[in-house]
Amino acid sequence: MHIHKFEKIWLIFGVATLLVFLSVIGVSAFYLGNQPPSCLATINPEKVDTTAPFDKPGLNKVEGKEWDYELVFVASAFNYTPGEVEVPLGAKVKVIATTKDVVHGFNAAGTNINMMLEPGYISELVTTFDKAGEFLIVCNEYCGAGHHLMSSMIKVVE
Amino acid sequence: MSSFTEKIKKVDPRDAKLGMAHFYVAFIGLFIGGMAGLLQTLVRSGQYTLPAGIGYYQLLTLHGVVLALVMTTYFIMGFQLVAVSRTAGTLSNKQRTTAWIGFWLMTIGTVMAAVMILLNEASVLYTFYAPLQAHALFYVGLTLVIAGSWLGSAAIIMAYVAWRKQNPGQPSPLLTFMALVNTLMWVVATIGVASTVLFQLLPWSLGIVERVDVAVSRTLFWYFGHPLVYFWLLPAYMAWYVVVPKIIGGKIFSDSLARLSFILFLLFSIPVGFHHQLMEPGIDAAWKFLQVVLTFLVIIPSLMTAFSLFATFETFGRSKGATGLFGWLKELPWGDARFLIPFIGMLSFIPGGAGGIINASNQMNQVVHNTIWVTGHFHLTVATAVILTFFGISYWLIPHLTGRTLTKAMNKLAILQGVLWAIGMTFMSGAMHAAGLLGAPRRSAFSEYGGAAQAAEWIPYQIAQAVGGSILFIAIILVLYIFINLAFFAPKGEEEFPVGEAANLAEKAPMVLENWKLWLGIVVLLIAFAYTIPFIDLIENAPIGSKGYKLW
Repeated sequence: MHIHKFEKIWLIFGVATLLVFLSVIGVSAFYLGNQPPSCLATINPEKVDTTAPFDKPGLNKVEGKEWDYELVFVASAFNYTPGEVEVPLGAKVKVIATTKDVVHGFNAAGTNINMMLEPGYISELVTTFDKAGEFLIVCNEYCGAGHHLMSSMIKVVE
Repeated sequence: MSSFTEKIKKVDPRDAKLGMAHFYVAFIGLFIGGMAGLLQTLVRSGQYTLPAGIGYYQLLTLHGVVLALVMTTYFIMGFQLVAVSRTAGTLSNKQRTTAWIGFWLMTIGTVMAAVMILLNEASVLYTFYAPLQAHALFYVGLTLVIAGSWLGSAAIIMAYVAWRKQNPGQPSPLLTFMALVNTLMWVVATIGVASTVLFQLLPWSLGIVERVDVAVSRTLFWYFGHPLVYFWLLPAYMAWYVVVPKIIGGKIFSDSLARLSFILFLLFSIPVGFHHQLMEPGIDAAWKFLQVVLTFLVIIPSLMTAFSLFATFETFGRSKGATGLFGWLKELPWGDARFLIPFIGMLSFIPGGAGGIINASNQMNQVVHNTIWVTGHFHLTVATAVILTFFGISYWLIPHLTGRTLTKAMNKLAILQGVLWAIGMTFMSGAMHAAGLLGAPRRSAFSEYGGAAQAAEWIPYQIAQAVGGSILFIAIILVLYIFINLAFFAPKGEEEFPVGEAANLAEKAPMVLENWKLWLGIVVLLIAFAYTIPFIDLIENAPIGSKGYKLW
């Protein structure tokens, strides 16, 4: 199979660029720890309200962990509990969320907090709130007639 | 437009009829789905409320099912069947009958699913994620669509096998080869969606089983969902590689490399579904990353394709005496809709492909996942690059099949249609990308989110989307007008089915490229490698399943 000289150059350049690109996201993922939220823990979706930590939704201070607070959310059609929460500026927080019914999204606009909530699974993500302001949480996975009304608010305060 | 002297190779009238049956359904689907799309952009602008109790999500389900699943599948099946008939010879009666049975199965299934959507029994969107539970007849309809497409696929595979038997030791005609690759990919990919619909969702919606495993169902869906986008794209590539060179009067840059790129698409399109599930729990991050790497391997055949197309254009321009770095651009037939419309599609694939690289990037996905950026992305890829190429194909294929011609007036109208599409999509897709970066969600009706400041920032972009959507709808009306003209009213005559020749006819394509035991073997190994362990993990560690919900 004949390959034109220019095409060889083009493909070598392209493949080299691709390898650099994949190395960058690989190092970011495995060395710097920037992995997408991939929590493997499960839960009975019908007993969410009585299962820790979801029996205490909201911001909870924790000791002796890599993060200062745990921010617990319970989603169900068509709302989040808590519906509004204050977080101190600069706090390192583990966001822990799950759903009691169908699949929901969990995206705080203007931040990198974005994860799927699936019945039976717990979703987690560690983040630092280093910008003050109001961040709207929207459900970004279709969940039914009231999907576009499903929201919460994180207020990052000094 | 037929300025050629060679004797025209025509598609047999019986195969033409089969092809046209597919195209009628496809273009009816375009009208219904396009109308739904227009109404959605109007609702999201905040200035319009749907009449007669129609739900936004009902409309969105219709839009997705009719365009992403029905319109594309019919067009592709019709195009591939007539392309095989044109290049590998008229279908046998058995092949044609098989394809007709497939057509009717698909059509019965489509009508069943559509009726359930219209009755508001299936507002679950085209991804039908459990545990939202549609009416059982919706799932039966989808099953029939898939089963019917398998019969159409069987006809193509049978025609290929028959050609190879009659021409031992010869590489198959390029268009037939490409149609076969896309067909094989479709069959392997649809096994995933057929499994979840048939073994999980259907028994669950009938009440035979009470609970469904949500994560397994989603994984099976996305095992199908990404090759689905390549199933849309490869027929456009068939036109770019084989048809467009002939239209401009040039040659195919390299027959062998075109085949190689299709084989690479076959290998790397399927074991990659996790890049749609990066934000999901239950799947280990390492397996996600592995599939991200496999996802990016399709960049290699994409680069090969880009090189070949522009090499064909430049070689042709220089053969006409063009000089300078870009002088060859002037020699291209810009006034010919059969060239210009697919060319606009090619250009839109540059930002479309770049956006795809962002989406599949392990980390950057977190910024854009399920925002309306994603909607903007696939309206550049499938709803511009692919669909404009399909329109460009229709402008010569419909008259070829109906024994009519594309007149100068229709050609002009087609060019206007392509330009309107480009303008409308720039507004709509551009605004979607921008709003998505600000966090605006996809798949959501108009909402002010309780007066939140961030949500207020999204509204101007939503108005821009409605402006773009309206321009696009005008373009759709033009397409339908041209389609009806070419199918029923255009002057009788001979319109060419353009099939290009390779620049180097002396070079025979290596026969290893037609060794399907080898390629399908590698496909199976790659799928097994990428999916077996995470799939077993999902099943072994499964939480209690979910009961069905009807929340609309």
